[in-house]
Amino acid sequence: MEQSKLNRLKEIATQVRINIVDEVHAASSGHPGGSLSIADIITYLYFEEMNVDPKNPKWEDRDRFVLSKGHTAPALYAILAEKGYFKREDLLTFRRVDSYLQGHPDMKGTPGVDMTSGSLGLGISAACGMALTAKINNKDYRTYTIVGDGESEEGQVWEAAMFAAHYKLDNLCVILDLNKLQIDGPIAEVMNPMPHDKKFEAFGFHVITINGHDFDEIAAALAEARTVKGKPTVIIANTIKGKGVSFMENQVGWHGSAPNDEQHATAVAELKAAL
Amino acid sequence: MADKIATRESYGNALAELGDKYDFVVLDADLAAATKTGTFKKKFPERFFDCGIAEGNMMSVAAGIAAAGKTVFASSFAMFAAGRAYDQVRNSVCYPHLNVKIGATHAGITVGEDGATHQCIEDIALMRAIPGMTIINPADDTEARAAVEAAINFNGPVYLRFGRLAVPVINDKATYKFEIGKGVNMADGTDVTIVATGIMVAMALDAAKLLANEGISARVINIATIKPIDKEIILDAARSTGAIVTAEEHNVIGGLGAAVTETVCEACPVPVMRVGVEDSFGRSGKVPPLLEMYGLTPENIVAKAKAAIALKK
Repeated sequence: MEQSKLNRLKEIATQVRINIVDEVHAASSGHPGGSLSIADIITYLYFEEMNVDPKNPKWEDRDRFVLSKGHTAPALYAILAEKGYFKREDLLTFRRVDSYLQGHPDMKGTPGVDMTSGSLGLGISAACGMALTAKINNKDYRTYTIVGDGESEEGQVWEAAMFAAHYKLDNLCVILDLNKLQIDGPIAEVMNPMPHDKKFEAFGFHVITINGHDFDEIAAALAEARTVKGKPTVIIANTIKGKGVSFMENQVGWHGSAPNDEQHATAVAELKAAL
Repeated sequence: MADKIATRESYGNALAELGDKYDFVVLDADLAAATKTGTFKKKFPERFFDCGIAEGNMMSVAAGIAAAGKTVFASSFAMFAAGRAYDQVRNSVCYPHLNVKIGATHAGITVGEDGATHQCIEDIALMRAIPGMTIINPADDTEARAAVEAAINFNGPVYLRFGRLAVPVINDKATYKFEIGKGVNMADGTDVTIVATGIMVAMALDAAKLLANEGISARVINIATIKPIDKEIILDAARSTGAIVTAEEHNVIGGLGAAVTETVCEACPVPVMRVGVEDSFGRSGKVPPLLEMYGLTPENIVAKAKAAIALKK
């Protein structure tokens, strides 16, 4: 990828990370760890990959995105604000009683949110429904969904995987955020869902494994997914939970807790230094 | 009595008929032969999608289809549609208020021989408790077919409850007009009102005749839409007859009896007796002895009607 493009994406992703930390700090609650781990992927999706129009969020032919790991809504809101769906300052109302930015994504209340999610395992199925509808209606739009690695312990994820392969949903791209931590600890210790590649392959997926923080690898994987016919693609993205904020990286405690004022200031300073 | 037909048959026939008129798709979870969505599948194979034995996934897939702009029916037995897939119905379908129409067949104990695991007697209670859900429990073929079309034309999620058992056709197809949220007066009376739903409506009419033989005048109301319930007709019945008996093939907790009780208690308190499954699981058996055993009979409606009248001040 051209250096200028790479620099631009990195800048946006850093701003997304600042937004995430700001949101969770303002709300004094939320899920920073898994939001930061998908910041690069979601940045590439919204700024390079997906065909969307912030001025027309309900545009019929738009590509769809479902955040199946709905608790990382701060990342989705962060990118939607950067893309221009709503004002960046609104992010500071996250989780407030008078805000349209709910703790988990609400398609009815938030411009740009294509599907309500939060109860784990449900989003990937809804994404299957959207991809199937594109096929029924002979539409070219693609559907993307980000699934958590902890989420993949839900049986419904595999019901959906079976469905996607059975109906040959090659217009569906599942991205698995493999940050290897869940609330109670490392996924390998809590309830090991790995290996994801062999499982998805057995279910009939085209499988691509990448470093989820490398824009060249993200770009190549999504481009490859577009060429796959007759089966869905899963991109297994190896990521770091809390990526970008040194004291949050690989720390399970930052799954669902908010930084205090001091930690927030440190995090923002670190991120701004990277800009 | 007129011909008998199960409302699940009516459901399948209605889908197949209405498929020409409306743009919708149908999902099932490996029960198309039993839920009768197979009738639609035969006519519109390209608009039917079997989801296999994975009801939770089916319900969320349906939500995705609706979110992408298409009306969709999702079918299974009531036990699996409302029970197994409760989370998906609540969070994928109802919270975003999507156009998913749930065709739940084999509701209640008239499932018969399959027994308690398949006899859902709490689906109305579960669905009633979800904000924004509309619940329709048709009494016969005429009403079931009309309800399917009304659900298509309705904006939002609908839970349609159908039975396995063939039931008499009590509404005249030529004159019957179905409206979501409207109860229907089936017989006039002055001493007590029987408010019934589903297969119990025909029994309520039989009970009214038995009561008439004893000089008791019973009004009969058919409530197909359990949510939102027709408060107007229920309160009118409470005021005019002063006593109510409800009758449903469902647990007495959380269903029609509860909805009617809540309605009258808040506006016109009168005695309400409930006929239904008395908070117990079903069991295997032929339908007639099951109905007898669980008190879903005209005779039990009569007994409860007299008890309600006796409670009048």
